[in-house]
Amino acid sequence: MKASPSKSPSLSMLRELIGRQAALVLLPAIFAASFALAQAGADKRRSGYQDMGAALQKMQDDDTANPGMLFVQLGQQLWSKPAGAANKACDDCHSVADMKGVSVRYPVMAKDGDKPIDLEGRIRLCRTANQQAEPFAPESRDLLSLMAFVANQSRGLPITPSDDPQLTPFREQGATIWGRRQGQLNLSCAMCHDDNAGKKLAGVTIPEAHPTAYPIYRLEWQALGSLKRRLRNCLVGVRAEAYPYEASEYVALEVFLMDRAKGMIFESPGVRP
Amino acid sequence: MTNVLINAPKTAKKGEMIELKTLIMHPMETGFRPGTNGRLIPRNIIERFTASWNGAEILRMDFSPAIAANPFVSFFAVATESGKITFRWTGDEGFAVEESVAIDVA
Repeated sequence: MKASPSKSPSLSMLRELIGRQAALVLLPAIFAASFALAQAGADKRRSGYQDMGAALQKMQDDDTANPGMLFVQLGQQLWSKPAGAANKACDDCHSVADMKGVSVRYPVMAKDGDKPIDLEGRIRLCRTANQQAEPFAPESRDLLSLMAFVANQSRGLPITPSDDPQLTPFREQGATIWGRRQGQLNLSCAMCHDDNAGKKLAGVTIPEAHPTAYPIYRLEWQALGSLKRRLRNCLVGVRAEAYPYEASEYVALEVFLMDRAKGMIFESPGVRP
Repeated sequence: MTNVLINAPKTAKKGEMIELKTLIMHPMETGFRPGTNGRLIPRNIIERFTASWNGAEILRMDFSPAIAANPFVSFFAVATESGKITFRWTGDEGFAVEESVAIDVA
């Protein structure tokens, strides 16, 4: 063909051009790669805080606008209020300073038990065993207030889950539940919060589900709520039957989630939409 | 147990515009929601919020059932004189809470 001899120089020119362009494209790519390598240690995990709007972030940051602080204040009052047949207050045994770091470490193995116990369980145990008072109802205001007060002492600390080897089987159980499809929608936790986190679900950003701020003040609830309530919320969302309130599955999930969020900064009481 | 958080400056210049922020724990039950027994939960809201500066009313606000639980109110006032700013919430079921903060105006 006539065109072929005239085409070959243009082809070589094209190749040369591509070569140059490739180099041009490659250079920033190399820079980006080295930058990414330098940043490899940087944490890519996102707290739900980072996915909310500026107004809500401000609400959480301002201690006189964050409604969770009302519960912290109430918890502080309850902390020194004697209760039960033993007529003991929390501060008769515990110092507030000792509560620093508790929320970022729990759940831990129960002292004389073979199961992990979360902060809620620990407070309820103290309430019935040591104070000999009537047990707190699940998600009751006073229970949440005490949890919020204790959790607030750990604000700003990195999550440092207990390294007790006895927790391992429970962490694994939690991971199994996390990855198991459930409910009529047949979804696992991981399918939303690992595989599709950051994308939208009905206009709402799917969070990565790190328990960095519990108990949280959720505007939808118009109340403070625990991680357990949030887990139940998701279970209902996938049309699964939520585990009963006392079920060990919640604690196992919490052990797994706290490990997953290891090193992230604790920010309770959080505000969430 | 009253549970209120107030954010007000402790000092201000005369004539300065200051922001006053208040937050109070209250369920703000609308009266339109059925309870677990199917019957309506009786209305329990804050009906009125007032703020006064040394006894002179500077803000009066009527609340409605559509206002969310634990209401947050923020407003501005001109600092006129040193003294006491008093906030008062009154509502259903005999709800009455009063809190004061001192302010120094120079």
